[in-house]
Amino acid sequence: MTAIWTIARNTFKEAVRDRVLYLLLFFAGASIGLSQVLALLTVGDRVKIVKDVGLAAIAFFGALMAILIGTGLVAKEIEKRTIFTLLAKPIRRHEFLLGKFAGLVLVLLVMTGLMSLVLLLLVFAHTLTVDLKLLAAVFFLLLEFILLTAVAILFSCFSTPILSSLYSLGFYLIGHFSWSLVTLIKKMSPGPGRTVVRGLHLLLPDLEILNYKTEVVHGLPIPAAAWLAGPAYAVVYTAVVLAIAVLVFRRRDFV
Amino acid sequence: MSRVLELENVQKAFKLGFIPKTRQVLKGISLAVDEGEVFGYLGPNGAGKTTTIKCVLGLIFPDAGTIRMFGRSYLDPKAKAGLGFLPENPYFYDYLTAVEFLDFYARLFGIPAEVRSERIPRLLKMTSMERAADLPLRKFSRGMLQRVGLAQALINDPSLVILDEPLGGLDPLGRKEIRDIILGLRDAGKTVVFTSHILQDIEMICRRVAIIVGGRILSQGRLADLVSEKVLFTEITVSGVPEAELAAHGECVSEPGGRVMVKVYDEPGVEAVLESVRVRRARIHSLVPRTQTLEDIFVDMVKTT
Ligand SMILES: Nc1ncnc2c1ncn2[C@@H]1O[C@H](COP(=O)(O)OP(=O)(O)O)[C@@H](O)[C@H]1O
Ligand SMILES: [Mg+2]
Repeated sequence: MTAIWTIARNTFKEAVRDRVLYLLLFFAGASIGLSQVLALLTVGDRVKIVKDVGLAAIAFFGALMAILIGTGLVAKEIEKRTIFTLLAKPIRRHEFLLGKFAGLVLVLLVMTGLMSLVLLLLVFAHTLTVDLKLLAAVFFLLLEFILLTAVAILFSCFSTPILSSLYSLGFYLIGHFSWSLVTLIKKMSPGPGRTVVRGLHLLLPDLEILNYKTEVVHGLPIPAAAWLAGPAYAVVYTAVVLAIAVLVFRRRDFV
Repeated sequence: MSRVLELENVQKAFKLGFIPKTRQVLKGISLAVDEGEVFGYLGPNGAGKTTTIKCVLGLIFPDAGTIRMFGRSYLDPKAKAGLGFLPENPYFYDYLTAVEFLDFYARLFGIPAEVRSERIPRLLKMTSMERAADLPLRKFSRGMLQRVGLAQALINDPSLVILDEPLGGLDPLGRKEIRDIILGLRDAGKTVVFTSHILQDIEMICRRVAIIVGGRILSQGRLADLVSEKVLFTEITVSGVPEAELAAHGECVSEPGGRVMVKVYDEPGVEAVLESVRVRRARIHSLVPRTQTLEDIFVDMVKTT
């Protein structure tokens, strides 16, 4: 446990000393700020535009941080061979991965918190109220970021930093478009083809399960079941991905 | 005396290329290191020294063979608790300062705060790195990294220290300092294993050596047993004696300034050359009896494989 926490702390330290993180944070802030400009240019509900663009910016930059920092900090450790010295210490390999994961989740927590704060302040400037409902959408986004981090770690276990980022990006895109398979299934006539597509849909990630931005922006209720299904889906998916990562990592040669 | 590290018939092959071609890098390595000795692992570049060490550390998994450390399985974290390791090329976190870097590893061993705060400055002092304590490693030179790497290897007060080419990349003064640290470790009763492709390093500080060439241990034992004390030949440089006269006693090489170097293989030959010099009232410039060195053995071995 000490080992996991020590590695997590160090991972956090590395991330917050990395220029890439601040670059992403800067662009995230700028994008949220841009919603203000868009709001001024539009007629209609300005606050809705601010919320809409703001949440989209958090979603996009949060995912980017999860992927870039996740692959950066794990694959880099292998590529730069700092892992040699680390694994010579009395730690087990899974402790290394779990420590990395914990540290990265901590980074995402802080970064998402900062981005949300900017958005809340901006909305406050319009409405003079703190709209905590926004945090509901952010909560689901955070689950998505955590899952993406696990995926980034998994790919980092057997690939270079750049390839891992690309694979993780692929996972992200598939995750956001796999729901269209549902439409496809509805249109297909029963048969082996439909079974295959159904299986595919079950296997592929569905990140739209964690997307409640629209509901929050338009003040629609989030279905009660979502509060259970979303976290359950994210936790199980994350755990499975991490378990596979540990299995891959455990047998790997570090040359 | 107890076995600290024991390798038995360790084999490792690497697969290379798109259509994998296996390459046998370790062809059955057996080694035994006893408590309290400085053990030299010597071999030319590419012989398999680093690969052996990576097996011992559990960074790569051998295809066959057994490795035991402190009588335990080498993968047991309990065994690693007593181990210190310095990698061949120091790859470290460049965003940490020297103190943070040492603190990080100390925490991995679960070393309590009060011990950390005493030990870290002491190790920095020992490796002459106090002045760089708060500098990020990114600003370190190769030699500085080597030193802070050595400090890192000693952070848990290990009883076995494995150093992969610890003297590489250092200037003569730095080499001497690191050598002295290794000798200090020996005097403190620690077991040290270090690799080198440079003979002098090993000759100076090791009690026992193993010589690896092409993935095979060619020889292993006490340095004194491997290197015979016997005089192989004597090199005598003289002037004022005709070469033809000297040629009767050994091989001659003319040197500038009318000097002749004669290589004499036995004791009567040496006597005869000295007698010629005395009779002719000539001069002796040098007389060097040559014993066998590790280098000779090494060169012989590398040649025959
Ligand atoms: N990952 C690897 N894949 C293929 N060959 C390797 C790998 N690592 C090392 N080798 C080869 O194994 C041999 C031994 O390497 P190494 O143990 O680093 O030698 P040394 O440390 O004695 O200089 C070298 O010929 C090297 O090219
Ligand atoms: Mg080497």
